[in-house]
Amino acid sequence: MALKPVMIGARIKRREDPRLIRGLATYTDDLKLHGMLHAAFVRSDYAAGRIVKIDAKSAMQMPGVVAVFSFDDLRGNVGATPCWVVLPGMNHAPHPLLADGEVRYAGQPVAVVVARDKYAARDAALAVEVEIDSRDAVVDPEAALRPGAPLVYEQFGTNLAVRISNPHADTERLFAEAAGSVSLRLVNQRVAPVPMEGRAVVAHWDEGPQKLTLWTSTQTPHACKQNVAICLGISELHVRVIAPEVGGGFGQKIPSYGEECLLPWISRKLRRPVKWAETRTENLAASAHGRGHVTYVEAAYDKHGKVLALRGRTVAEFGAFASMLGALIPTFTHLLAVGPYTIRASSWETDAVYTNTMATDAYRGAGRPEAAYAVERVMDAVAAKLGLDRVELRRRNLIQPGAFPYHAPTGAIYDSGNYQACLEKAIAKFDYAGAIAARDRARAEGKLAGIGVATFTEICGLGPSTGTAAPARAGFWESAELRVEPTGAVTVMTGASPHGQGQETAFAQLVGDAFGIDIDSVNVVHGDTDRVTHGVGTFGSRGLVVGGTAVHMAAQKILAKAKRIAAHLLDTTEERVNVESGVFSVIGGARKLSFADVASAAHTWGIAIPGEEPGLEAVARFEPTGTTFPFGAHFCTVSIDKETGQLALERFVSVDDVGNIINPLLADGQRLGGIIQGLGQAMCEEVRYDENGQLMTATFMDYAMPRASMFPRIELDSTCTPSPLNPLGAKGIGELGTIGSTPCVVSAVLDALAPLGVTHVDMPLKSEKLWRLIQSAQGTR
Amino acid sequence: MKIRLTVNGETQDAEIAPRTLLVHFLREELGLTGTHIGCETSLCGACTVHLDGKAVKSCTMFAVQADGCDVRTIEGMGEADALHPVQKGFWEEHGLQCGYCTPGMIMATSALLAANADPSEAEIRHALEGNICRCTGYQQIVNAVQHAARSMREVK
Repeated sequence: MALKPVMIGARIKRREDPRLIRGLATYTDDLKLHGMLHAAFVRSDYAAGRIVKIDAKSAMQMPGVVAVFSFDDLRGNVGATPCWVVLPGMNHAPHPLLADGEVRYAGQPVAVVVARDKYAARDAALAVEVEIDSRDAVVDPEAALRPGAPLVYEQFGTNLAVRISNPHADTERLFAEAAGSVSLRLVNQRVAPVPMEGRAVVAHWDEGPQKLTLWTSTQTPHACKQNVAICLGISELHVRVIAPEVGGGFGQKIPSYGEECLLPWISRKLRRPVKWAETRTENLAASAHGRGHVTYVEAAYDKHGKVLALRGRTVAEFGAFASMLGALIPTFTHLLAVGPYTIRASSWETDAVYTNTMATDAYRGAGRPEAAYAVERVMDAVAAKLGLDRVELRRRNLIQPGAFPYHAPTGAIYDSGNYQACLEKAIAKFDYAGAIAARDRARAEGKLAGIGVATFTEICGLGPSTGTAAPARAGFWESAELRVEPTGAVTVMTGASPHGQGQETAFAQLVGDAFGIDIDSVNVVHGDTDRVTHGVGTFGSRGLVVGGTAVHMAAQKILAKAKRIAAHLLDTTEERVNVESGVFSVIGGARKLSFADVASAAHTWGIAIPGEEPGLEAVARFEPTGTTFPFGAHFCTVSIDKETGQLALERFVSVDDVGNIINPLLADGQRLGGIIQGLGQAMCEEVRYDENGQLMTATFMDYAMPRASMFPRIELDSTCTPSPLNPLGAKGIGELGTIGSTPCVVSAVLDALAPLGVTHVDMPLKSEKLWRLIQSAQGTR
Repeated sequence: MKIRLTVNGETQDAEIAPRTLLVHFLREELGLTGTHIGCETSLCGACTVHLDGKAVKSCTMFAVQADGCDVRTIEGMGEADALHPVQKGFWEEHGLQCGYCTPGMIMATSALLAANADPSEAEIRHALEGNICRCTGYQQIVNAVQHAARSMREVK
């Protein structure tokens, strides 16, 4: 950028924090409106069955109960749960807001109780008698495809929702020419996103102005506005959605959910505000899950250790219905199948399958961790087969720096990269040779010690509205509006509604530098559809890349006008005005104007420039021409206790490249959080249903969350290869940590167990599983 | 039932249903919504408050059990111009992202530092076992605790 950055690149602490550290932020559940009622859901205890009876008589007689609604009350009045991705040929059935006679997963909303307080609502929900004629459920996605499996939807005659494929013409030929091949079955287990704030909704229909105000904990308030309006059959003009403080999302809060549509309907019917905040058990049972892929992958390689081609078949768990973007996720896996490697062909086919479980949708990484996990396991397997060092194998396969923009055989176009620089920096930081020596010493003492490696890239900055995103029938651009006050203070309105990322700080840094003004003279507004006219949201590592670029573009538009005004004030031509850090001067002259001087003139307009309108504001929307591809290299060391199977992560080194960084403090936060989330999947997290479709991981007692004592200090470093696709040169960072950290730890565990002859393990790497592997390996030797 | 307790230095008299949880009493009766509910099973620590100086999880205790006690919540920790050193530590070290677990983390941290003014990293990680953060990966929280510990030792 032409500007001299003052704040860009600086470790500025967050402007969001004062309200958060004092407990003064307002999350949805903190709202209290006059006359507000409370909703509690009656949810199906069974994974599959027919509703015989819903009897709310005794519930209605309980103190404080105002109403109980079931599907019969909704019939013909409201639409279904929003779904944006219905691929051609997809078996798709609308998912009703409340079960319409059939239940298809445990936790599905069957009825809703509305009462004067939360305790009364929950008491009455327990008193609603629901009789369900249960049926056999289907839980295992592979079993769901076998003939005779119970059907989630009778009418389709199959549990296959849709087959998605991304074939390549050269795959079979390359396999035929190969020196050898490896073949793996990999389970990328279903996990729960678990934002610490669950979903929460307050709906207030104001009968006077005929206006709905909906506060909801969402990543995409504008999508929610559209979805709710359509579902209720009213104009968007009657809907205002506010995402107040949002306590994390991780993809789970991208979709608009049935509850977000139902509460407005209730509020409108009862003419009272109504609130619902999910319990943790509801969050684990009935908010979208992530991953859930079983993948069969084969890789062909030549005698030099070059991987030539991949053949993949994935069975992806859809769950009981298609969540809003659910069908989009496997397409990202296909696009990223070859990772950072020169693999020449990839043919991948995914069967998305209905089962009697909660739906899956985007979870931090959304399809890319699944791809990275598969290709990294392939790389390790090929190295083992050829007796090559795992790092050396990667060196032979990484795409060269001169090959960018790189047209991958999957159809993806990688914007920029220097994978070798990143890998070599990581090798040095980790001291790979030293780590090998230490591991070998530990082995000589009879210990189980291992080293893990992963090199990866990912698809970020989502993204063009065309291409992969097109089936979503949603724009994936982002908006920004900048309004300059007469004093030169600036209000930024962004459509990239954040939920913890720190856009209020990062975007203020961008604007502050653009205009040479103090960060405290910039106010960033987000998450309110009546204030931010249009927007998309924060997901897919797009907040800065797409949202930040829109802010930058709007700032440039303002600067262009400010320059014309300055030329008039300085009695010169626009071409002779020099702008640096918000100071306007005539080239070679002494007179100077500040940004505030120009802003004041723009509003008082005593200057009356012919052809110009008074005021200083601008709107911009950024539609990227392509996605960005951040990348990185991870190393780690682990040890495993032979007696207990307990895994200890001893070191974890991450060197990544996300292009230009606006605020290193925030960037480190994104990296560290992502890495631990990826490690959580590798080490402990798993959503489990029993064979009847009962959720066995419905509280934090059973769903194992990563905790502080499980991890060493993560060692970070980076390289910088700016993206050519946006003026900030940013690549996106939100999901980065979840891509490579997961396979890196699995790589280390398999390395530790290699002396025992163990060649395969599925996640999560729990003590019991490792103990059994050790026991059976020792028993057979 | 009638209860009398002190919350952030103010005496509160209230008549409440015996089954009212302390967290609901704080949030809904007193409007102190800085204490959050993350799991309702005392496993995540978002609801941590101080009860007679000890960190407790307010989602699994009844308000009546706090009768006669001295309760401190996040709102009683510091003012805009006089933040508690633990609050400052979290701000300086980027110890929070979405902020939802943060009040509980701050309360758990200040209880730790009252008992151990100079904890090792392992001791900090162990002390925060009962508090889940999904955003930060804990490392910047550890930095925040160390920052707070340093500044509190310097004051002494």
